[in-house]
Amino acid sequence: MNIPYRPLALGFIALVFSVLVLERAQAGGSHFYAPVADPVVKEECGSCHLAFAPSMLPASSWQRMMGELKNHFGDDASLDADTTAKIARYLTANAADASGRRYSGKLLKGVALSSAPQRITELPKWVREHRKVPDWEWRHKDVRTKANCVACHADAEQGYYDEHSITARK
Amino acid sequence: MKNAIAITLAMLLSTASSAGPREDQLAQYAAATKSAGFSAARGQTLHTQNFAGGKPDTPACTSCHGKDVRGAGRTPVGKAIEAVAVSVTPTRYTDPAKVEKWFKRNCNEVLGRECTPQEKGDWLTYMIAQ
Ligand code: HEC
Ligand code: HEC
Ligand code: HEC
Repeated sequence: MNIPYRPLALGFIALVFSVLVLERAQAGGSHFYAPVADPVVKEECGSCHLAFAPSMLPASSWQRMMGELKNHFGDDASLDADTTAKIARYLTANAADASGRRYSGKLLKGVALSSAPQRITELPKWVREHRKVPDWEWRHKDVRTKANCVACHADAEQGYYDEHSITARK
Repeated sequence: MKNAIAITLAMLLSTASSAGPREDQLAQYAAATKSAGFSAARGQTLHTQNFAGGKPDTPACTSCHGKDVRGAGRTPVGKAIEAVAVSVTPTRYTDPAKVEKWFKRNCNEVLGRECTPQEKGDWLTYMIAQ
């Protein structure tokens, strides 16, 4: 009797893996925000901080932000007119209220789409999701600012914000 | 005649390959100054010095790029920055538009003004030597 352990083991690993991935995808249903896929946007909006998912803000927000890059939260993030227009097109086309977006509306609960909020971290829903994060953790040397999503959401670059990938701190 | 063309071509090609984008960039800064040349030592001072003219939380280039030019840096929002030394990140300073964009932003951030061509040349010379 010759039991093929290796193929069996491999098959088992593959099974476990696909279950995990499936679970991930389901969790992703409510905690997934498609990451920026455009290389220009990634480069120009992702070198000072995480390239924030366009689906976290409505189109009006991105329009206003792209018109004020010279004074971007105190920084000069300005670009030439062509690049600015190209990035604005990408962000608005993938914004929370762009057609066909199903899940991203959650973060915008209670927000008037035309109010053009500039900070994800000031959306009422975001604030509520983070109400249990203690003060000292925001000030921790590895965090320092609410905009540093990756410090706590290890898979934020991939678009995942579910509780399984949260970095614990003491 | 054919030989002459071949030799001219070879010469053209060899100058093209020895003068890369970094050297072109330095040559442009040199043309914009009247000084005797660039100094890696002055570049190092510029890199590590604390300035009062810019933002209080980023007084020096090292505030983001780190004290060790061969190590990774970090922005105030927590994004990692690849090492600025050319020996560690060989792709650095090969896109003139990128170099100018960041000199403008970062010098304003740190010194509260744009850097002069002399300062840019010194800083680049230091990073190329590292
Ligand atoms: C030169 C650096 C720099 C560049 C380039 C840059 N940003 Fe920012 N951005 C900042 C800083 C600084 C903040 C404020 C972060 C904080 O509060 O800690 C910020 C904040 C933000 C926020 C709000 C984050 C929050 O608190 O919810 C958004 C959204 C944003 N940026 C989008 C963009 C987009 C889009 C681009 C590309 C067009 C871009 N940024 C390019 C520096 C930059
Ligand atoms: C100091 C750590 C920390 C930082 C920084 C942080 N978060 Fe969170 N985030 C948390 C915790 C803790 C939760 C709650 C997880 C839970 O209970 O499901 C959470 C929850 C969330 C949720 C809800 C996920 C869910 O399970 O419903 C989203 C979306 C989210 N964060 C996005 C962001 C974004 C975007 C940023 C950056 C702009 C950010 N977070 C920055 C710690 C952090
Ligand atoms: C606020 C943070 C910050 C400070 C302070 C800072 N830099 Fe930078 N620097 C960056 C970021 C972010 C990048 C772009 C990311 C990258 O190139 O990896 C960058 C890129 C650069 C580049 C372009 C690199 C390339 O590959 O072309 C140059 C040149 C540069 N910095 C020079 C300086 C000089 C000179 C100083 C001091 C006067 C300085 N920086 C201070 C954040 C900073």
